[in-house]
Amino acid sequence: MRLAAAARLWGPPGLLLTFALHPALCLRPARTAAPPHRDYCVLGAGPAGLQMAYFLQRAGRDYAVFERAPRPGSFFARYPRHRRLISINKRHTGKANAEFNLRHDWNSLLSHDPQLLFRHYSRAYFPDAGDMVRYLGDFADRLRLRVLYNTTIAHVTLDKDRQAWNGHYFILTDQTGQAHRCSVLLVATGLWVPNQVDFPGSEHVEGYESVSVDPKDFEGQNVLILGRGNSAFETAENILGVTNFIHMLSRSRVRLSWATHYVGDLRAINNGLLDTYQLKSLDGLLESDLTDLAVVKDHEGKFHITLKFFLEESNQSADAITLPQDDNDNFAMRVAYDRVIRCLGWKFDFSIFNKSLRLSSSGEFSKKYPLVKASYESKGSRGLFVLGTASHSVDYRKSAGGFIHGFRYTVRAVHRLLEHRHHHVPWPSTEHPISQLTNSIVRRVNEASGLYQMFSVLADVILLKENATAFEYLEEFPMQMLAQLETITGRKAQHGLFVINMEYGRNFSGPDKDVFFYDRSVGHTEDAWQSNFLHPVIYYYRHLPTEQEVRFRPADWALPRPTAIHHIVEDFLTDWTAPVGHILPLRRFLENCLDTDLRSFYAESCFLFALTHQKLPPFCQQGYLRMQGLMGTESLRRHGIESGLLRDYATVGRPREDGGQRPVGSSPAPGLPVQPLDGNKEEL
Amino acid sequence: MQRTAWKYYPRQQDHNTEQNREKSPACVQLQLMMSSSFNIFRVGISVVIMCIFYKSAVDSLSELSPQKYFSTLQPGKASLAYFCQADSPRTSIFLEELNEAITPLQDYGISVAKVNCVKEETSRYCGKEEDLMKAYLFRGNILLREFPTDVLFDVNAIVAHVLFALLFNEVKYITTLEDLQNIENALKGKANIAFSYVRAIGTPEHRAVMEAAFVYGTTYQFVLTTETALLESIGNEDIENAHLYFFHCKQVLDLTLQCRRTLMEQPLTTLNIHQFIKTMEAPLLTEVTEDPQQVSTVHLQLGLPLVFIVSQQATYEADRRTAEWVAWRLLGKAGVLLLLRDSLEVDIPQHSNVIFRRAEEGVPVEFLVLDDIDSLISHVESNVHIEEIQEDEDEDTKSPNMDVQDDEVAETVYRDRKRPLPLELTVELTEETFNTTVVASDSIVLFYAGWQAVSMAFLQSYIDLAIKLKGTSTMLLTRVNCADWSDLCTKQNVTEFPVVKMYKEGKNPVSYVGMLGTEDLLKFIQLRISCPVNITSVQEAEEYLSGELYKDLISYSSVSVLGLFSPNMTTAKEDFTEAGNYLKGYAITGIYSEEDVLILSDKYAATLPALLLSRHKEGKIESIPLANSHAQDIIQIITNALLETFPEITVENLPIYLRLQKPLLILFSDGSINPQYKKAILMLVKEKHLDSLTPCWLNLKNTPVGRGILQSYFDTMPPLPLLVVVNLHSGGQVFAFPSDQAITEQNLLLWLKKLEAGLENHITILPAQEWKPPLPAYDFLSMMDAAASQHPTRKDPECTKEMDVQENDKKQHEDKSAIIKEPIETLRIKHWNRSNWFKEGEKSFRHDNKEL
Repeated sequence: MRLAAAARLWGPPGLLLTFALHPALCLRPARTAAPPHRDYCVLGAGPAGLQMAYFLQRAGRDYAVFERAPRPGSFFARYPRHRRLISINKRHTGKANAEFNLRHDWNSLLSHDPQLLFRHYSRAYFPDAGDMVRYLGDFADRLRLRVLYNTTIAHVTLDKDRQAWNGHYFILTDQTGQAHRCSVLLVATGLWVPNQVDFPGSEHVEGYESVSVDPKDFEGQNVLILGRGNSAFETAENILGVTNFIHMLSRSRVRLSWATHYVGDLRAINNGLLDTYQLKSLDGLLESDLTDLAVVKDHEGKFHITLKFFLEESNQSADAITLPQDDNDNFAMRVAYDRVIRCLGWKFDFSIFNKSLRLSSSGEFSKKYPLVKASYESKGSRGLFVLGTASHSVDYRKSAGGFIHGFRYTVRAVHRLLEHRHHHVPWPSTEHPISQLTNSIVRRVNEASGLYQMFSVLADVILLKENATAFEYLEEFPMQMLAQLETITGRKAQHGLFVINMEYGRNFSGPDKDVFFYDRSVGHTEDAWQSNFLHPVIYYYRHLPTEQEVRFRPADWALPRPTAIHHIVEDFLTDWTAPVGHILPLRRFLENCLDTDLRSFYAESCFLFALTHQKLPPFCQQGYLRMQGLMGTESLRRHGIESGLLRDYATVGRPREDGGQRPVGSSPAPGLPVQPLDGNKEEL
Repeated sequence: MQRTAWKYYPRQQDHNTEQNREKSPACVQLQLMMSSSFNIFRVGISVVIMCIFYKSAVDSLSELSPQKYFSTLQPGKASLAYFCQADSPRTSIFLEELNEAITPLQDYGISVAKVNCVKEETSRYCGKEEDLMKAYLFRGNILLREFPTDVLFDVNAIVAHVLFALLFNEVKYITTLEDLQNIENALKGKANIAFSYVRAIGTPEHRAVMEAAFVYGTTYQFVLTTETALLESIGNEDIENAHLYFFHCKQVLDLTLQCRRTLMEQPLTTLNIHQFIKTMEAPLLTEVTEDPQQVSTVHLQLGLPLVFIVSQQATYEADRRTAEWVAWRLLGKAGVLLLLRDSLEVDIPQHSNVIFRRAEEGVPVEFLVLDDIDSLISHVESNVHIEEIQEDEDEDTKSPNMDVQDDEVAETVYRDRKRPLPLELTVELTEETFNTTVVASDSIVLFYAGWQAVSMAFLQSYIDLAIKLKGTSTMLLTRVNCADWSDLCTKQNVTEFPVVKMYKEGKNPVSYVGMLGTEDLLKFIQLRISCPVNITSVQEAEEYLSGELYKDLISYSSVSVLGLFSPNMTTAKEDFTEAGNYLKGYAITGIYSEEDVLILSDKYAATLPALLLSRHKEGKIESIPLANSHAQDIIQIITNALLETFPEITVENLPIYLRLQKPLLILFSDGSINPQYKKAILMLVKEKHLDSLTPCWLNLKNTPVGRGILQSYFDTMPPLPLLVVVNLHSGGQVFAFPSDQAITEQNLLLWLKKLEAGLENHITILPAQEWKPPLPAYDFLSMMDAAASQHPTRKDPECTKEMDVQENDKKQHEDKSAIIKEPIETLRIKHWNRSNWFKEGEKSFRHDNKEL
């Protein structure tokens, strides 16, 4: 029954009417029986919901996505109001590497289909929101994702059951009263409830969600905008040329994203008003706590700003209310405004979740987000994961987890976690001999997009095998869950591990910092730890850190104190493949962590070692001895001899005439065996 | 001994001014009256230096007025004081040296002071203008000696002179052989003597001797001379260097006998003298019954090897005498122990009579069979010597440059980067063209990464292959740069570089697992083309076996394999085909299963199903029955058959023969092998005398690196041909067939027998060390710690929270630029101390656990 219903729903979008009828027609008979069950229920067919649906579908899981709108991405159908997305649609990077290109593609979701890249949907660097809606629709259709449209989940409760994966089921009730039972609930509803501030006169304030976007409506007006985010500046930008002036008011100072590296802060594309403010036009920015304000409408319909406590003092008529300028005649906002617009962002909709789910907000600094662990699982109920924008509390103001180009990777991480937890599929990994260690790291830091976008949130982990002869490579693990790595991934970390992370310099970025100061970049390998721009950092641990160590790590450390740490020096081109500047110091670091020699050797050198040493370096053991030695060419050999790293054995002294034969107790120490011996080595 | 002539050593370092150099005489012979007022008591001393103005570059030197100084003198304590007046450059140089001498002198309980002669307070030590520059040594308030400052020209001279003055009784200064003989006679049966010759007083060697005398002066009589004649008269002509002899007089009871003398061979430094004396103190010979690996003596702690003379009850007396003799010869170079075999539980090879144990930990003991004491001594000495050289090397390379490439592949590829390669000879594939290309034509695909040195080195060989095959092969040579087409490589299951795969009709790609070189890849491509071959007639089979059928392939594989089956043996045929497919590219295989197969099986005396192996080089065809052999067994049979009995070992084929895990018997030959030697060895093989070895030979013309091998076995290139046995897999010993014997079957057999019986001495043991990091890494963790401790404010959580930064942006900014500038200077220091590397990390692990 359930399948039949779902199957029909996958069909191409048709008339709204048909959609509205489907649930009613198909689901009615099920009502009397137990609610239809699904292993995975995804709330919301926005980017995060679709991304999760994609992974579930590829893994062949039993899932459904519930979407109240008739098409995916309904938020983008309305927002941003002025239709210009501020996520970069970089269509050219000069590179063919698709993984690398995702580092600069902020809009695409992850899939195996190269057609489903956003650059095929828009040519604009800052694309139109309509293209995003179209893209999400295509994503759902082309990949045949199972989305139940026009299904509004009104209520979510818990149903305790020992049989359930998590000890309880999630019961979702839709607008028709139909219940759905789910083992795992993946909440990808985003933030869509507009933030409002309650103050006297707030009823006079227009909201971003409904304010006119036609500049003509603002001709010759005095406008006050509450808020200092991108929506506020976007609104201001739109009407900057037609108003008398715009004043912007908010509690905090403006944060410029190029100073904070946080894409949620004010983007340069929206900051036209800053320009006019500082170039002595009439526009301006003010700081004040909005909760202290009051807006008073006078008889002409104009708005005056006053303070809440003035209103509380007296109960006078509108025109007689005390205004700040009565005492303080140069009060900044003493002019009357024609419009007051609220652009204060959105928050998570907590209302549909029953209290038993214990889905609470994240605390003082991120009230708008539900509280989740670093694994994106709710702290209140096992099996409930928050995905997408709503999961941003994990890296709020730090990384990109609140945006498509970030959460597409965290969704994948959650999916990998679920695959292991419920289906015994361990976290994907590749296993390599230790001679490939440097290569594996160099490859990832140069192309991995997940590491780059979700810097300091997702990190690659290398688990060493016994005696460090081989290793497993795990990609994009939520690094704050490092202590629980074994249970989450199903891999063993008994013999030490490396964590590969990308980091900005500790003290480099932040609001009000001058990120363009002179000498801001570091070029010497020995100063790499002082790199400021995003650069790879490798942590080495002899043992998996404990939960305590992760939680009580030093302030401003991304991870607990490691046994050793390596920074690959920042690079202007973010290309960390320089043989001496990048790879050599990395190799030395790895060698010293593992106490071995990770150099590569030509077959001839391995041949020499094989007959003059009892043990061989890993590269010879894992290559040459397995019949895969590197033979080299004549021209390379000549360079080797020139450099002194190889010897020209053909010219080594001919046998002596007198046949003098003298035993020598030891041969040159390993480690320097290829260095040329002095021609006239002293007689012993 | 009222009058003594001392040589003063010239100021060695040129301290900055020309003037100085001119003033200090090259070598001053100074007559010094030993005044009776210089009675020396050995408790403590103080050196006073007199100056008038106390403006000085030296801070840590305590500066006092004469009155104050004399009031601080404690009875019995020695003190060196410099009384000074003027601040001439010379004075300040002297003060620098004096300042350096403070710490070493303090170690001997001697205080140092600078006394400023101010006008109001006059002291008799505050000399008049002309003899201002003097330092005075006091014990309590008794003046022991005065020193002109040019005698105390550097820190070594200061320490040497002061100790010399204080240790007047402990260190006898002599000038003639007679003096020496008198002392020697006086001490026979009583005490040992440490006699040293130094070129001059005040040299670093003199200081070292005095410092040793301070420690050992009460135990041994120290005797010092600067007379070259005296040194020569005791038989040492090396007057350029300082020497120290230990005279073993204590156990000499017969006064007519001379004391035995042991010459210290290391340079005279405090540490070396200390070590030397320690070994002199150690018992000459120790008897042990323990496992040699477990024994510990002072020698090991001093970095000296141990020599165990293996003895047994029957020959104990004689062995002990030998051991004592050896011990005397090796005194100061190694510890000698007598090991009683009878009471030992550990197994010692039957014939070895000496066990050598190096001081380094983890190096296994060597069991030696030595014929005479001289070879034992030279074995030990050559080993000790090498250690010294290595120490020196360590010092030379104290600050290796970590930024210098020491990876030969990376370096050669980098150096070759500007040479354009004819890449156009291979087809570059992309995500778009890959599938269509490998479907359209049979292709070899090289997956590489442009940034990865090993795959770029191999790309060159690959291009060379393309040049060789140009226009002759049906195989399309292609390449994929995984740095560009990462997803494509992942899809083709390529996660390491380089990888070569062969695609036929776009499916079932076969990975190439041979050597990454032109020749081997060529062989793979050529041999893969049609194996296993289906043979259709007896005549064709004969041609196949004789090598005529695939003439051009014979050069790639010297063995052709033919499976013989009756037409109805389907399973056996399937197994064989499977094996043939598996060996595609590595062996020539064919199959024959016509009705008339019996003709062939009869001819080659094979029972069906069977394998015929045709060795083209030897012109031999042998048959192997295949009954009940599965594909895996067949693969094994064929693989083993591909091995030759007496191969020429090359860089390419060594790994195959190493798999046999047997010691190698290698005949090194400069050019082709002498057929007689070959015959001798093949004879031995035939008679199964070499079953426990892998016999092979090495042509130095084809494999010049063999010279490097010989050089590590022998110090100099030995005469060729040369036969060695290398026990690679257990023990690492290398044995050389005596070069004075002819390589004949008989001699060889005899030698191998002796070898087996443990009667032969190895010429060397291959080092068993693990491969350690060639150089240390940057220790960023401690650099970060150092920076953090310089700027403790950074740790303040208030500063790191973005919420709170609004007020103090200016302050923050200043703070930050300080952080960025300052540590760069202080922290460019590289951290070499590798042993502390991890310890430090662990220590400071719990330092600052503040939550965000």
